[in-house]
Amino acid sequence: MASLFDHALRLGDDSLILGQRLSEWAGHAPMLEVDLALANIALDLVGQATLFLKLAGEAEGRGRDADALAFHRDVLDFKNCLLVEQPNGDFAQTIARQFLFSAWQELLLAEIARAPDATLAAIGAKSVKEVAYHARYASEWVVRLGDGTEESRRRMVAGLDSMWRFVDELFDPQDGAASLRPAWDARIAETLRAASLELPKPRRAVTGGRNGHHSEHLGHLLSEMQFLQRAYPGATW
Amino acid sequence: MSKEWPLWEVFVRAKNGLAHKHAGSVHAADARMALEAARDTYTRRMEGISLWVVPSASITASDPGEAAALFEPALDKVYRHPTFYTIPEGVKNI
Repeated sequence: MASLFDHALRLGDDSLILGQRLSEWAGHAPMLEVDLALANIALDLVGQATLFLKLAGEAEGRGRDADALAFHRDVLDFKNCLLVEQPNGDFAQTIARQFLFSAWQELLLAEIARAPDATLAAIGAKSVKEVAYHARYASEWVVRLGDGTEESRRRMVAGLDSMWRFVDELFDPQDGAASLRPAWDARIAETLRAASLELPKPRRAVTGGRNGHHSEHLGHLLSEMQFLQRAYPGATW
Repeated sequence: MSKEWPLWEVFVRAKNGLAHKHAGSVHAADARMALEAARDTYTRRMEGISLWVVPSASITASDPGEAAALFEPALDKVYRHPTFYTIPEGVKNI
């Protein structure tokens, strides 16, 4: 079982990186309403990351706060899963990533809300309500696109296919998350059935994010996210 | 078919006991999407505890050209206002 530092760091990095990814949609979403919805989800995730990383810093006890962990770590030190760092692609690809991730994160946070560490449990209990909405929002879009026009269906299928090989990493036994798989499989299957979509074909799983082995996408994301604090350390406004 | 999603009017109830009040409008392809867009647009600062969405096309509006006939007759009928009652102290909504 991972230490509290490692555990909180993984949770925080997942939320931080996905929050940063989603915020790339700001000003670019297909509709104003979707723009706002994605920005809201991104802000929820960044808020969770702030809490998890603060806890990780305290558990580590070397004086690093949430900002230090977010802005002054290099790519190899990030422990997020590979799924959250994948590029947004088109809207369907973004929805596919959110759908797979939020369904998992909701199950995980519900478990964490019962964790022995009181702070961790409190963050889990607060965040699970936010994520329940993210999961609902994403799965409704999966149904809308999958069961929509020929083009929306084609894009939804392609989006799910592109994200599917990053799923196995979520159920890493060293996180104690392997037991979530049956419930997650059932939720995914239920939504895909409603969308009249088939389960993506099995693919060779890609893993490594939890150990700091990332795709080339994360470095680009970090260079944009960390630029200001690297160029002007400690800057506030 | 228009490429824009249809418009929905959003009504927010701020707390129990109060009526739903018109807050604005959102574009959405269906009712469920309209509710979510309304939630994300109009309740992100704890403005409400309940939402209604109504297709804007379902609303019949009065004609501004008839405003004189509809509303001006009420202007000089001050006796219809309940201004002759004193409101008990501490009552916020009446």
